[in-house]
Amino acid sequence: MTTAVLFDNVSRHFGAVRAVDRVNLSIAEGEFFAMLGPSGSGKTTCLRLMAGFEQPTAGHIEIFGETAEGVPPYRRSVNTVFQDYALFPHLSILDNVAYGLMVKGIGREERRKAAEDALAMVKLPSYGARRPGQLSGGQRQRVALARALVNKPKVLLLDEPLGALDLKLREQMQEELKSLQKSLGITFVFVTHDQGEALSMADRIAVFNEGRIQQLGRPEDVYNRPTTRFVADFVGSSNVLSAKLCQRLGLKTASASLRPESVAIAPAADGALSLSGVVAGRSFLGATNRIVVDVDGNRIAVASPAAQSVPAMGTPVTISFAARDLHPMEDA
Amino acid sequence: MTVVAESFVLPERRGTAGRLSDFFWRHPHVLLTVLLGPPLLWLGIVYLGSLFALLLQSFFSIDEFSGLINYEFTLATYRQLFSEANLDIILRTVSMAALVTLVSALVAFPIAYYAARYARGKWKALFYLAVMLPLWSSYLVKVYAWKLILAKEGILTWFFEKLNVLWLLDAWLALPVVGGNSLSVSYTGTFIVFVYVWMPFMILPIQAALERVPANLVEASSDLGGTPAQTFRHVLFPLALPGIVAGSIFTFSLTLGDYIIPQIVGSSRLFIGQAVYAQQGTAGNIPLAAAFTVVPIVIMGAYLWMAKRMGAFDAL
Repeated sequence: MTTAVLFDNVSRHFGAVRAVDRVNLSIAEGEFFAMLGPSGSGKTTCLRLMAGFEQPTAGHIEIFGETAEGVPPYRRSVNTVFQDYALFPHLSILDNVAYGLMVKGIGREERRKAAEDALAMVKLPSYGARRPGQLSGGQRQRVALARALVNKPKVLLLDEPLGALDLKLREQMQEELKSLQKSLGITFVFVTHDQGEALSMADRIAVFNEGRIQQLGRPEDVYNRPTTRFVADFVGSSNVLSAKLCQRLGLKTASASLRPESVAIAPAADGALSLSGVVAGRSFLGATNRIVVDVDGNRIAVASPAAQSVPAMGTPVTISFAARDLHPMEDA
Repeated sequence: MTVVAESFVLPERRGTAGRLSDFFWRHPHVLLTVLLGPPLLWLGIVYLGSLFALLLQSFFSIDEFSGLINYEFTLATYRQLFSEANLDIILRTVSMAALVTLVSALVAFPIAYYAARYARGKWKALFYLAVMLPLWSSYLVKVYAWKLILAKEGILTWFFEKLNVLWLLDAWLALPVVGGNSLSVSYTGTFIVFVYVWMPFMILPIQAALERVPANLVEASSDLGGTPAQTFRHVLFPLALPGIVAGSIFTFSLTLGDYIIPQIVGSSRLFIGQAVYAQQGTAGNIPLAAAFTVVPIVIMGAYLWMAKRMGAFDAL
């Protein structure tokens, strides 16, 4: 398996700010890789390091085995779909898509053909004559995608490309991006702050916080077995059980994570663990009810199926969960 | 929770101002008329009206014996305008204006680019100060200052002498057309002063246009394989073009109409502005003066039409 992108102890400092701090990662060819984190966590800077808009302060970057430091963006076979698309307002859609081929000196007829094919691929044929200003946000997003893909990049970088779209369109684009990536076989590196997006699309996820990778793994692992408190909280709001609670349950770790959907409001069955508390909050989320149970000052969220009745506020309840759903974590 | 005792509609504001606010809120078009009426009347009557009155004069002629204006429609004045001596003036002025505009744009672009892209905080303030400062002092003082700088005994000659390259200046002054006895009595001198005096009018519109170009368009071009030169050619220049055109309208039309700079610095040959000044003042030939002023208007109209054809305003 070829390594598409390799970060070896890469740092990027802006003055005293460590935007990226000793990051190591290795992205395989053909992988759909997501970089997830809150704003200012360093994920976008990592993307810009791959595109060549930033140079590392320290460390080493390789793209398909070749050293990337000192290579200007226009000499990298890497293309970017920008957050706000960055379409050229003075050019038609067709000229926007053909731009990369034009600057590489490909003939007019050939690049027109390629641009039209790319527009057809993103389901926007016959839009070539329009201007970016005449298109909706979703359409512009597709044009930006076509403009990048027409160059047949070795790595496609996507910087929160779905951030400006409404929910319905975003879900549709997620599916399309995923199937496009599978059919083209191009390595996609995707930056997002939306954990749902990262979980549903990526083959692997790197969770960023404060310039560092907190956890790197398959979506299922990151979701079910967060290794740090930050990941537990940021990816799907897991419950974090304090050391005291862990002790009471007979665990030896400093803390543990517990997914809300693994908890039930019911007396413990055989072999299950249980805690008692009072109902301290409840909200209706559609498919589930989110019930917060206060266990001696620790708030534990329970995702309860909507069909089940919701106990009133202040009701004493017993919550139970299987021991295997409790995942020990590194930090307290 | 306490019950709000007051009614839903808040009491009316007291006085005429309060009633006026309500009235304008209900009739926004009245407000627009009140705001725009006076300036539009001023612009329409005083400004455009007097301009058309002047243009009308160009279709009258002057009686050569009495020196009185003959108020009959004729194209005789335009025939006079296209005489060899007058065409010479027009050609000289237009060439100078075109050259001044071109060089102003070339000098202004890097400055405007730096200000729009890189200057932040106090550097930006310093930029505005440096560009605007020359506009604060009198135009006449600046032109006379340049006359001294460019004079044979001036600081520029002294400078060339100290650097032992006086021969360079002499060689330039020995050239036909652009040369002369000294820089202050040559076309070169006129050109330098024009470029200096109009420079802010070129820098500011270009800077404003470049400021409106999102930085990520430059990155996108680079990302797609565009070298810096290609990014300039295909992205920055087209998007800055409205600013360059706006700036060139200033430098071009100001040069076409100016009569002070060529009078103080330069050869004794006339420019359009000087011709207008001489015709309407000393010679009392208002029709010919009016015909001369039509020339810049026609040229600017043609220039704008061409710029529009080139797509300079497409990104507006």
